[in-house]
Amino acid sequence: MPVDGALPPHALAGAGDRPLGFYLHVPYCATRCGYCDFNTYTASELRGTGGVLASRDNYADTLVEEIRLARKVLGGDPRPVTTVFVGGGTPTLLPAADLARMLGAVREEFGLAEDAEITTEANPESVDPAYLSELRAGGFNRVSFGMQSARQHVLKVLDRTHTPGRPEACVAEARAAGFEHVNLDLIYGTPGESDDDWRASLDAAIGAGPDHVSAYALIVEEGTQLARRIRRGEVPMTDDDVHADRYLIADEVLASAGFDWYEVSNWARSEAGRCVHNELYWRGADWWGAGPGAHSHVGGVRWWNVKHPGAYAAALAEGRSPGAGREVLPDEDRRVERVLLELRLREGCPLDLLRPAGLAASRRALEDGLLEPGPYDAGRAVLTLRGRLLADAVVRDLVD
Amino acid sequence: MPATPTNVPEPSRTDPALIRNFCIIAHIDHGKSTLADRMLQLTGVVEQRQMRAQYLDRMDIERERGITIKSQAVRLPWAPTTGDGQGRTHILNMIDTPGHVDFTYEVSRSLAACEGTVLLVDAAQGIEAQTLANLYLAMENDLTIVPVLNKIDLPAAQPEKFSEELANLIGCDPSDVLKVSAKTGLGVEALLDRVVKDVPAPVGVKDAPARAMIFDSVYDSYRGVVTYVRVIDGQLNKRERIRMMSTGATHELLEIGTNSPEMLPADGLGVGEVGYLITGVKDVRQSKVGDTITTLHKGATEALGGYKDPKPMVFSGLYPLDGSDYPELRDALDKLQLNDAALVYEPETSAALGFGFRVGFLGLLHLDVIRERLEREFGLDLIATAPNVVYRVVMEDGTEHTVTNPSEFPEGKIAEVYEPVVRATILAPSEFIGSIMELCQNRRGVMLGMDYLSEDRVEIRYTLPLAEIVFDFFDQLKSKTRGYASLDYEPTGEQGAQLVKVDILLHGDKVDAFSAITHRDQAYAYGVRLVAKLKELIPRQAFEVPVQAAIGSRVIARETIRAIRKDVLAKCYGGDISRKRKLLEKQKEGKKRMKMVGSVEVPQEAFIAVLSSDDSAGGKAKK
Repeated sequence: MPVDGALPPHALAGAGDRPLGFYLHVPYCATRCGYCDFNTYTASELRGTGGVLASRDNYADTLVEEIRLARKVLGGDPRPVTTVFVGGGTPTLLPAADLARMLGAVREEFGLAEDAEITTEANPESVDPAYLSELRAGGFNRVSFGMQSARQHVLKVLDRTHTPGRPEACVAEARAAGFEHVNLDLIYGTPGESDDDWRASLDAAIGAGPDHVSAYALIVEEGTQLARRIRRGEVPMTDDDVHADRYLIADEVLASAGFDWYEVSNWARSEAGRCVHNELYWRGADWWGAGPGAHSHVGGVRWWNVKHPGAYAAALAEGRSPGAGREVLPDEDRRVERVLLELRLREGCPLDLLRPAGLAASRRALEDGLLEPGPYDAGRAVLTLRGRLLADAVVRDLVD
Repeated sequence: MPATPTNVPEPSRTDPALIRNFCIIAHIDHGKSTLADRMLQLTGVVEQRQMRAQYLDRMDIERERGITIKSQAVRLPWAPTTGDGQGRTHILNMIDTPGHVDFTYEVSRSLAACEGTVLLVDAAQGIEAQTLANLYLAMENDLTIVPVLNKIDLPAAQPEKFSEELANLIGCDPSDVLKVSAKTGLGVEALLDRVVKDVPAPVGVKDAPARAMIFDSVYDSYRGVVTYVRVIDGQLNKRERIRMMSTGATHELLEIGTNSPEMLPADGLGVGEVGYLITGVKDVRQSKVGDTITTLHKGATEALGGYKDPKPMVFSGLYPLDGSDYPELRDALDKLQLNDAALVYEPETSAALGFGFRVGFLGLLHLDVIRERLEREFGLDLIATAPNVVYRVVMEDGTEHTVTNPSEFPEGKIAEVYEPVVRATILAPSEFIGSIMELCQNRRGVMLGMDYLSEDRVEIRYTLPLAEIVFDFFDQLKSKTRGYASLDYEPTGEQGAQLVKVDILLHGDKVDAFSAITHRDQAYAYGVRLVAKLKELIPRQAFEVPVQAAIGSRVIARETIRAIRKDVLAKCYGGDISRKRKLLEKQKEGKKRMKMVGSVEVPQEAFIAVLSSDDSAGGKAKK
């Protein structure tokens, strides 16, 4: 990783044909949730390790520094930005004005496309109508709430501090503030959750009226508090068959409420409700991820920033790139990534991406009922419902 | 310290009356190698500063496991400080015997080269089964027994108790039992004096045609095969042409000499002398243990008795984990065979494991040592199938099959199946009699008898099918007797038995590597156990996989591996992509290590786990 973050010249070749997005990471949380392995820090975790540099008071200024660096690195790239996504952590721990200032820097340096999608994640307990109005006024037009579950006992296992009902209220407040697009994130397969609990969560989410729902199986990541609790036998591990059952419930309930899947874990009420920013990731577009630990991708070059907010701020203060490492993907790796990402999408992946062995494997997958016959005849590998649950196994065969 | 004796008689010119040929019979860990080291030092053959522990054991594995696989002979000059021969330099040939049940034949040839043996027993543990077996062998060969208790410096030593035990066994007075500490050297000089005094000098006919018995044969990468012989009659001289009496092959004696302990060339070897010879042959099978060597010119017409061809008793399929290592495995077996006349193998193909070899061994230790050498010295990763014995199957139409691989067990109408049986001797404290009998009974044993060696130690004799011993018998015996029992066995023939082949089927396809021949009464238990284990070890597949055990077409056990329903990571956002690609690469590597059995992917680990559970050779080796 060069000190100035310069990209190899080929990374920007043909950039005009690809959209450009920004991911802005906010690495702060009020408390750390037991299942979370994201790059985020609580006030007490930062005390004494990063000093003033890691403080969230001047975090927006630090992040703006990186956006300015991005302008230098991308040089004369004329593309306006089509999506901005602020994630965390808990972005809404910062004042709404800070988020608006970060967005402002993107607008100032790159310009925003006319219909740009501007999203922030938000925790239900950290926003109110005034805050949401301020975000809307600052240019945000989409908000994504971490609802996770409608059940108190499930929220408790996840260490989520909001009360049931609050996320649904948030959706209404966001609508009132003028947000066109609202997402609710749900988690299934939490230890102690029953099928009925999960149905109740889906019903509550749908009832609140978002135009997008994400549903993720709980992944117990190594090194998290939850992993330790499971290892000690304090909470049971959910098995894969239960995850499969919950996924089928989700797809059924969401579909009957008018939400169509467009990625393995994402459902939208209409084309317009899809998260354009996430589609950028899945379709090999370019994006710049700013903030500690954020990943970026431009034209087959992937890089990632140092993880600690203190080290991150220090690099920028010294005029260095905060990049910690990068990989320049050979063509074969780019092909493999395309297969593994595009196969997860409703549009599927074109069969002409496959080599002979992968193509033969795709025919077997078709016979096994893992791929849809209609699209297959039209030259695309599109997963069936059962295929979505076995997507990784299908990918392993198709990339051969 | 005694100086090197003067007026040492030279090889080929040594008066037989001054020669004493002896060996040491001892259980592993009872201190044989340490005693040998001490003798080398006391006789001045090895200087203090050159001494390293267990000088005579050459291979790493031997040194590490403290076992002696290959015997050697060392010429020790010794002038007794007491007795009739006092002050006169004698020649003591110490012949090191292999220390394990698998090498009984080699032991018997070593014993045949001696007139006496030192019976070395740990003063804290008493005699063990294998030592007892070798003692009986020595007594049958009319060897003079010099009973010795070692490790008398240990606090746990019970010299009175075990002197009594030894005296009872060999019929001497307890006071005749020497007490030494090989570690400190205490009593070793007296022991050497006693060997001179008690062990008879060799008797042979000096003017008769030469006859020498091969008691060991070792391949050396520089010198070719080094053959160890004891001259019975006549004389062998350097540069003479010799003839192997079993094959009629002739060779020139490129070199002849003695070991002290390094090879020292000499003019020849005379009556009663022990030494080595080199003929330039490259393969120990051309110089077989037990064979008689004579001179080409005016040679003997009658060979010495006792020669036998080594016969493999236990077979196992050896397969390289990585199929491309097959040529390396073949080369490695070729090399090991240069030094191991008992090792036999032929190529074999397994639908499940690919290309490998069916390898025959003298017994379990032999198997274990060979496998370990292949892995360690040749860097091969191997899968070994469960060891099995050789079956003789007679069909109703009178045809006969010899089965060394369970998957080749014939189909069709079988009249009778014969399996090898052994006579097993177990020594243990008497409190364990009940559990030992129970174990032997469960393994289809027939009791032959029981004797008390001392007040609280017994010798129990059983006839057992060899197949029951190669299973996990020794581990069971050890665990049921808290490690106190020792075991020895010798093949005694064969018996007819109700044996059947149990096949394992995955998704309807037979897995040849898992086929086993068991007694009809044990087939069900075997099937249930293996099927349950495979269910645990084989990951769920995209479809439901039945796992069955069957005798012929009759299914005796069944489990089902349910189809996998979920194999997808929920999240895949910007930062996850590199990680996910790398995970995919790793999973694909894992897939490569899978063996396809029909349409089922079976991890190599499953083969290893299933096969090694039946193969407790590792545990049995240290008898």
